[in-house]
Amino acid sequence: MTATALPAPRTGVEVGDRAATAGRPPRSENRAGWLFATPFLALYLAFLIGPVVIGLLISLFNTTTVRSGIGSWVGFSNYADVLTNADFWASMWHSALFTLLTTPILVLLPLLFAVLVSRLARGQWFYRLAFFAPYVVPSAAVCLIFAFMYTPETGLITNAFGWFGLTAPDFFGSTSGAWFAVVLLTVWWTFGFNFILYTAAIQEISEEVYEAAALDGAGPWQQIRMITVPILRPTIGLVLILQVLSSLKVFDQIYILLTGGPNYTTRPVIQYIFDTGFSAYRGGYAAAATMVYFVVLVLVSVGWFLVRRRNNSANT
Amino acid sequence: MTQLSRRQFLAAGGSVSLAVAMSGCSTPIGSSLTGAQPSTADVIFWHLFGGGDGENMATMIETYRESSGTSVESSLLSWGNPFYTKLALSTSSGRPPDVTVAHLSRVPLLAQAELLEPVADQFAAAGITEDKFTPAAWEKATVDGTTYAVPIDTHPFVLYYNTELAAQAGLLDETGENLKPMRNSDDFVATLQAMKDSTGSEYAAVASITVDPSTCWRLLLMTYSGLAGPIVEDLGTRVTIDRAAMEESFAFLQSLTGDLGLMPRTATSTTSSTLFSNGEVGFLFDGVWQIPTYRDVEGLDFNVVPFPALLGPEPVAYADSHALVVPASPGRSDERTANAVRFVQGLLDQSSTWADGGHVPAWLPVQESEEFLELQPQSNYTEAAFNAVYDPPGWYTGAGSDFQTAMGSVVASVLTGATDPAGGVAALTSSLQTFSTARPPV
Repeated sequence: MTATALPAPRTGVEVGDRAATAGRPPRSENRAGWLFATPFLALYLAFLIGPVVIGLLISLFNTTTVRSGIGSWVGFSNYADVLTNADFWASMWHSALFTLLTTPILVLLPLLFAVLVSRLARGQWFYRLAFFAPYVVPSAAVCLIFAFMYTPETGLITNAFGWFGLTAPDFFGSTSGAWFAVVLLTVWWTFGFNFILYTAAIQEISEEVYEAAALDGAGPWQQIRMITVPILRPTIGLVLILQVLSSLKVFDQIYILLTGGPNYTTRPVIQYIFDTGFSAYRGGYAAAATMVYFVVLVLVSVGWFLVRRRNNSANT
Repeated sequence: MTQLSRRQFLAAGGSVSLAVAMSGCSTPIGSSLTGAQPSTADVIFWHLFGGGDGENMATMIETYRESSGTSVESSLLSWGNPFYTKLALSTSSGRPPDVTVAHLSRVPLLAQAELLEPVADQFAAAGITEDKFTPAAWEKATVDGTTYAVPIDTHPFVLYYNTELAAQAGLLDETGENLKPMRNSDDFVATLQAMKDSTGSEYAAVASITVDPSTCWRLLLMTYSGLAGPIVEDLGTRVTIDRAAMEESFAFLQSLTGDLGLMPRTATSTTSSTLFSNGEVGFLFDGVWQIPTYRDVEGLDFNVVPFPALLGPEPVAYADSHALVVPASPGRSDERTANAVRFVQGLLDQSSTWADGGHVPAWLPVQESEEFLELQPQSNYTEAAFNAVYDPPGWYTGAGSDFQTAMGSVVASVLTGATDPAGGVAALTSSLQTFSTARPPV
């Protein structure tokens, strides 16, 4: 088919080329650049690098949140405790499970809807607004609304199951029900962000490509399958990694809706860190747990980077 | 209109923010930046009471404010772990309130971490002395010989009964109000059985079991404490569980929901309040703080008594107490401390208002007053405050703690029949291992 012969825009390559030909900026501009970056760098040092260094330090001490100072030196025993603690690994698994449950839905469903909306002749703004609006609602508000709808006996969602002759799961009392509740909430709440990323990428695709394809006799479905989706591949990759990272960082909705219940079976690792570090006052231990979790996140990011690089070099 | 140049605009903006920053030293924002204790009122008070208790507390504060002429800034914070997290962090960073409520079950850790002022000396001068408090509560407020908290109440786990149904089942004595005395678990089971037979209902009693680990834990600790001592010692670092006694307690509780079929295996707090309010069960096992909930139920006649002795020779009541503590603050002036002491005294004197929420006043001058003795059903279970068993002292135990959730979850799985008593003991012990072997923060 002719459509496949069209050159796909490769944004990454273009940017690289331009940077290479432009050469190095003059020194004065370089200095001005650093000057402009200073406010950001100051905040970055104070609120990111600083805390990471402090965290690394106190993870080697028995620091507690009920006493000032960093406490007594305990070496790597906090790490040993974390790595052998079943509750920690259970909570790591819950974060991973949440990622497995939400990522496929939140990568594919917004793609489908973004493509569908892009083919509408009119009123696209309405759908964009409708899909994106939930994303700007704060997590506490979303959770309160959903908690209301999940209420046993009287809640809207509980009753909705009855309309189809089904029995609603126990959204707060059973583990499977709790996961269902929190995944449904998350999909509704964060759907819009990925949707907007896809919509932006779709708008980048030149109209001429579709025109040419239409002239060659490609139907709507063929256009989607042969043009839109292949061109969106870099965006799908981006959405995938952003989604994996943000799902691994889940905390708000599980904490507010379920406080990790029932019986800690949905407690994500960030809540575990919060619980041990603040509620149980064991700051040093929680810092060690954070570092372990941080390493896992870095490994995921590096893994993704390596896969991308291999794919890119295979394509060129 | 004069056009401002960008420089003028920035200069103006800068001086405004500088002025805000300078004047900010006396505001809460300013003091939080400089690290001083805020002083927006004579007494800064934190508590964790919502609902009816919250209203009663507000009344007491307002009355004190009017009679004393001092200003009180009262903040309601969310109950449980978040409250103690905030209290510990604010105190260890030097910005605590002047007076705050704390559960006595939470006092051991706060005291060990030196976050509380010892209260004995300052309060003794104001006439607040040991002999004027329920002994069990005062004892729990004392850690290693030093008293750190002024108890205001005891709120035990108690037995509610529907008076009408109990009368029909012939369970009332000649007063027509009180249950016939029960001496042990056999009498207790026979009473529940008689209730079930008389009403023809599916169950005789209900307790909130599903998603309510605290209630499950209260039920277990009450039963177990009739037979043996604390399950952990040395601030929670040594497990001293009596496995035989624990297995017997589990077996007894499981028989109520299992073989005997006297209680439902699964009941949320909604189920239990519905069943008891509608007269579908004659007994409810719950804390006294639920009294205001049932007092307003139309057509429900009920009474509240302490649990009888079950497995052991003496009756035991699981209980906790609200207490007033003064968080340690090196910079607090003598004047503020004096205000704090007067405020605590003012609240104690209004203990009868507080008792409206179902609590037994810990302050004996009120507990023994005519006014309280006439208060029904509160004065029925004063005895429970004297037989009170609290959470074992530990750095991880206490009201709303992860410990209660972990313990209660094991109890729930025994009550639903998912775990047998021996399995329950094993699960409880292994869960306790995790807590007791973790490095304590104090």
